[in-house]
Amino acid sequence: MSVVGHPPPPFFKRGPAPLARLAVFVLLSLALLVLDLKYRYLELARQGIAVALYPLQRAAYTPVDLYEQLGEYFTSLTAVQRENADLKRKELESANWLLRQQHLELENQRLRELLDMKARQPVPGMLAEILYTARDPFARRVVVDKGSQHDITAGQAVVDEAGVLGQVTRVFPLQSEVTLITDKNQAVPVRILRNGLRTVLFGASGGQLELRFLAANADVQPGDHLVTSGLDGVYLPGLPVAKVVRVDRDAAYSFARIVCEPVAGVERHGQVLILGLREALPPQIEEAESRDKPVKGRKARKKE
Amino acid sequence: MAIQPTHSSRRILLPVKQWFILFSLAAGFFLNLIPLGHAIGVPDWVALVLAFWCVREPQRAGMGTAFVFGVLMDVAAGSVMGQHSLAYLLLAYAAGGLSRRILWFPLAQQALHVLPLLLATQLVMVLTRLVTGADFPGWGYFLGSFTGALLWFPLTFVLLLPQYQPVERDENRPI
Repeated sequence: MSVVGHPPPPFFKRGPAPLARLAVFVLLSLALLVLDLKYRYLELARQGIAVALYPLQRAAYTPVDLYEQLGEYFTSLTAVQRENADLKRKELESANWLLRQQHLELENQRLRELLDMKARQPVPGMLAEILYTARDPFARRVVVDKGSQHDITAGQAVVDEAGVLGQVTRVFPLQSEVTLITDKNQAVPVRILRNGLRTVLFGASGGQLELRFLAANADVQPGDHLVTSGLDGVYLPGLPVAKVVRVDRDAAYSFARIVCEPVAGVERHGQVLILGLREALPPQIEEAESRDKPVKGRKARKKE
Repeated sequence: MAIQPTHSSRRILLPVKQWFILFSLAAGFFLNLIPLGHAIGVPDWVALVLAFWCVREPQRAGMGTAFVFGVLMDVAAGSVMGQHSLAYLLLAYAAGGLSRRILWFPLAQQALHVLPLLLATQLVMVLTRLVTGADFPGWGYFLGSFTGALLWFPLTFVLLLPQYQPVERDENRPI
């Protein structure tokens, strides 16, 4: 081995020059980058290393855990009592809906049968706890304590008590990574609750969300609620996602700038629910056929 | 392969042990794993310890070590494979190149040499991720390098401690 900038006398055998070694290693790193980003070949290697690192990672979590436990210990009794009262009040408030839910669901099922529509699949959920925010500062991801050992697969939707939180994007045997909806590369197909306008919600910087590519005169108002449209086959339709905070209509741009805020506690820690995968949507051609069906039915009725 | 704390010092140190280099890097890695969220100003411990050993022992810690720890860091941080390894590689190369020069300076000026190296490491990571379409994390991200440079003082002391020990303990000898 030789030191950068100081070539050894030629009679010592010291391996390749530093610049040559640098070139080899840099090429290797770039190959890793391309393989990972473009072809996703390295997931298996990543899983292997992650499993080996798991005990170390859990150990590194202990200081934070201890700190949190200390905080909990010193949480005063009054705070707990207040929280308890709050929860009771919320329970009463939602009791009205919950008590009627079963009845409504049965009624809905009957109506759907009458209309000859596909029944809504009940989707199972699994409770998980957010362990920590991933270190990577360039993305918004959290790590939860359920993995492929608990039958979690990539692509499952994650919700908390208020709304959609994100989507499982990478699964390790005992943990999985959830990309939050505030991540720049995460898109959620949504519908505006007030008028049913369908669009796609993207993450924006600063823990906010953005509705892109909506015309400057689109019917969006501050305060509008956005729910999932279910068109992607990932999120169930009707889950609350975000609330419109600000709408800038600048005549200089053809699109309006619409800033939204997530309703779920996206940047907080706590327990979340990982929803099961929905049944795959039928392929495009079948969809086209089913669109024709009602027309035929109407014709048939006319003949009668 | 420095045998003194700095080249202008008169004190002769014990030779460094290879296992201690690896151990300190592993300790830095462990510190990096502590989940602090996206707290601003937290230094990249692996980069710091790596820079230290590449400056002091360029023949024992170099680009191979940097690459291995870079890949480990990539997995642990959940970032793109190759991001940390590329940045650490360039850091190791630059630190190795500066090793003959840096050790002639007192600690404060050494820290001033290390600061641009750490900043460049972070810059490489930012550029790698921006090219692949990630979000810019904000200028506060670079604050970690400044904390790292400040930590150069205690780090030098702690990591040289095993080498400050006398060869054989002798009750009658003054040192």
